Amino acid sequence: MLWTSFDTWIVVLGALSAMACALLGNFLVLRRMSMMGDAISHAVLPGLAVAFLVTDSRASLPMFVGAVIVGIITALLVQFLSRFGKVDEGASMGVVFTTLFALGLILIRRAADQVDLDVNCVLYGDLNYAAAAMVRIGPFRVPEAAVILGIVLTINLLFVVLFFKELRISSFDPELATTQGFNAGALHYVLMTLVAVTAVASFDVIGNILVVAMMVAPAAAAHLLTDRLGSMVVVSLIIAAISAAIGHVGATIVPQYLGFSGTSSAGAMAAATGLIFIAAVLFGPRRGVTSRMWHRLQLSLRIAQEDLLSGLYRQEERGVAKVPASGAPSLTQWLVRRRLLQQEAIERVDGHFALTPRGRKVASRLLRSHRLWETYLVDQAALRADQTHKTAEQLEHLTDAALQQRLALDIATPTHDPQGKMIPPE
Amino acid sequence: MILSHLLFSSLGQITTDLLLRVLFLDDYNTRVVVLGVMVLGLAGGVVGGYMLLRKHALLGDALSHSTLPGIAAAFMVMASFGGSGKSLPGLLLGATITGSAGVGCVMLIRRYTRLKEDAALGIVLSVFFGFGIVLMGFVQRMKAGSAAGIETFIYGKTAAMLASDAQLIALVALICVGLCALLYKELKILSFDPAYTATQGWPVLLLDGLMMAMVIGVTVVGLQAVGLILVIAMLIIPAASARFWTHRLGRMLVLSAVIGALSGWMGASISALLPRMPAGAIIVMVAAGAFVISLFFGQQRGVVARWVRYVQLQRQVGLQNLLRTCFELVETRQLQHDEDGHPRIPFNMLLEAKSWSPRYLRRLLKRADHDELLNTLPQAVIELTDTGMVEARRQAREHRLWELYLITHADIAASHVDRGADMIEHVLGTEMVLQLEKLLEQQSHPVVPATPHRI
Repeated sequence: MLWTSFDTWIVVLGALSAMACALLGNFLVLRRMSMMGDAISHAVLPGLAVAFLVTDSRASLPMFVGAVIVGIITALLVQFLSRFGKVDEGASMGVVFTTLFALGLILIRRAADQVDLDVNCVLYGDLNYAAAAMVRIGPFRVPEAAVILGIVLTINLLFVVLFFKELRISSFDPELATTQGFNAGALHYVLMTLVAVTAVASFDVIGNILVVAMMVAPAAAAHLLTDRLGSMVVVSLIIAAISAAIGHVGATIVPQYLGFSGTSSAGAMAAATGLIFIAAVLFGPRRGVTSRMWHRLQLSLRIAQEDLLSGLYRQEERGVAKVPASGAPSLTQWLVRRRLLQQEAIERVDGHFALTPRGRKVASRLLRSHRLWETYLVDQAALRADQTHKTAEQLEHLTDAALQQRLALDIATPTHDPQGKMIPPE
Repeated sequence: MILSHLLFSSLGQITTDLLLRVLFLDDYNTRVVVLGVMVLGLAGGVVGGYMLLRKHALLGDALSHSTLPGIAAAFMVMASFGGSGKSLPGLLLGATITGSAGVGCVMLIRRYTRLKEDAALGIVLSVFFGFGIVLMGFVQRMKAGSAAGIETFIYGKTAAMLASDAQLIALVALICVGLCALLYKELKILSFDPAYTATQGWPVLLLDGLMMAMVIGVTVVGLQAVGLILVIAMLIIPAASARFWTHRLGRMLVLSAVIGALSGWMGASISALLPRMPAGAIIVMVAAGAFVISLFFGQQRGVVARWVRYVQLQRQVGLQNLLRTCFELVETRQLQHDEDGHPRIPFNMLLEAKSWSPRYLRRLLKRADHDELLNTLPQAVIELTDTGMVEARRQAREHRLWELYLITHADIAASHVDRGADMIEHVLGTEMVLQLEKLLEQQSHPVVPATPHRI
């Protein structure tokens, strides 16, 4: 299949609505109100139906206004139920949006002979139609939806840039926001209004479930990748735009290799945000699952290395045979030996491992820490000598030079530990 | 107006005959549908009750949306193996698998990232649904067989429910209600305090998993009946309505089941009576009606009940403040007394003592007069009765005891205790007063301690 300007417009439309949604989504995620986007975008159905019945046309403006009004009513009702009705916030959203959605379904069904309104257009949107409905602006022909979404995105951008400070404070600490003297409640309703506007402007393009995806997933992924609000907003916008592109490519080009003729681009865009989110969960630089696992692995390897070194040192002290280099070691042991050989901390001496001078230095430092801790625990923490080994074994890996000095000072620089073994000098 | 016209226009078409036929379930189809959705409402009410208490109300939302890819994938698999693709058990199995995966993802995201439940739910529901739409796109373009029946999972097709569908719902409902009854104690303790449950040695993970399995079961069988979005309502609305009426779990669950079943019955009946009324949506609207009634008139947490309690408390606080002020005036001012020693207090003196408005004070006095705590005399003078004097003395005493307690035991400066004492004195019980007395060693009973600050 050839890439045409039509495909480009689909990606542009998807990216515009995704970015408009993602921008506000940052603050929904931080305020723990992600599901508000879901509630509002389902609940606008009766607003559309009533606007259609009143004006008797599918003109966009009345439909838009009707839907936005119902969206704002949804936010107010949810707030009312959870504040005055003391209903759990999740439950109040569930009650409000399912009821309004049901009302919308009934209205559309009852007026079926007058209304040519398809519920599907709310649930799935129609990217192809939106990309084909062109208007002329100056010398250019652009899709009408692109103009609308561009305006919405600009409004959202202005809102976020102008009220960045207020949004930041009220997202992280509403009480502080109130003491700082601006109205966090008013800000909340402006945000909700914009969420409603954005959801309504987006859903006949990408469908309301994708609105939810774009409001939550890019912001959530960005939240896992960065720790600063400013960069989180930027990253979420990038993720939103990339998902739109990947989604359309994935929906139109990839299926052809599998023998299908293509599928819903909007659905694939939602799926793409999901994949990016999973990637962020798994491979995020600091909070990602793999990076945390990697750090844990590194730590356990270091401890195993240090244990091997101090074990060899102890054997040298006792003058017994060295660790035999034959036999099949466990994977960890094999890795540990390989790394220590590379670092020239140990060497192979006729079938056995022995410490090199460099390894001996490291090992004596470790053992010094270990025995200092044992002495300290007996002297200062009044433990019995035979209770101290395990604790010292753990602490020795975490003791740096400064702490070691401090320990030695605290217990008056002894030469032998409680078991009578020599504490290696520095 | 258009709304009401649309919603109620065909009421006139209902004949008595039709009404009776629907009410007594004469038609086979109506019988199947009504019984099916009633049982579904019942099971949704019970299971939803637990979900509400565990603050997982919206989990059903994520769950029901994440069944879509399973349904589409099951269709594709069955169709590509030469089947019709529309075999119900197969589709429901697919729905169960991806539904469970969705719930699992919510749990994993909450456990392994710093995101909260709301974001986890939003991501899972939208991304799974997105995948579902993608697969549906393939299904609709497949050559093998028509996929026309699959759409019904999104909006439901209550009116076309088959006896076998109703039986499946009944089976799942029976299992859920049976499990809830058998594990009542375990699930109860889990709903209120999971940490305590764990320390008591109950298998929290297993119980939680069981609860999730019940929600998945109800959602999956409900999909066909009322559709993907409205099944969420069956899990939330009856439970949230029942919560307004009682603080006891058992009663709440029963009530929630009753509301769910009644909504199902009324919704299905209305939809059978009137043309072009989608049953699923009507059921939700009936349940929403029950919710609104409960919201206002619920016995325990309803708005009206709470408002009445609030007004009563305010009234009591007002009276107690009035009496205490009277006592303070008797104590500090030279007042006239009648022959029996009842003090007389001019209205203006009371008005100056506190920041009451004249109107509010007049209302307080009227109420106190009605309770026979004082008599209103001509020339704007009031006279405390015997009960009034006893009450006034008691109020002042409790206030000052509390003040003394705050000074001696909570290290609060004498000039600051008045407000704190003011707020707490109205809720001090007799036992608390006795304890305070003990603490402060003010054993001689009728004595009112001197005030620790200037009145």
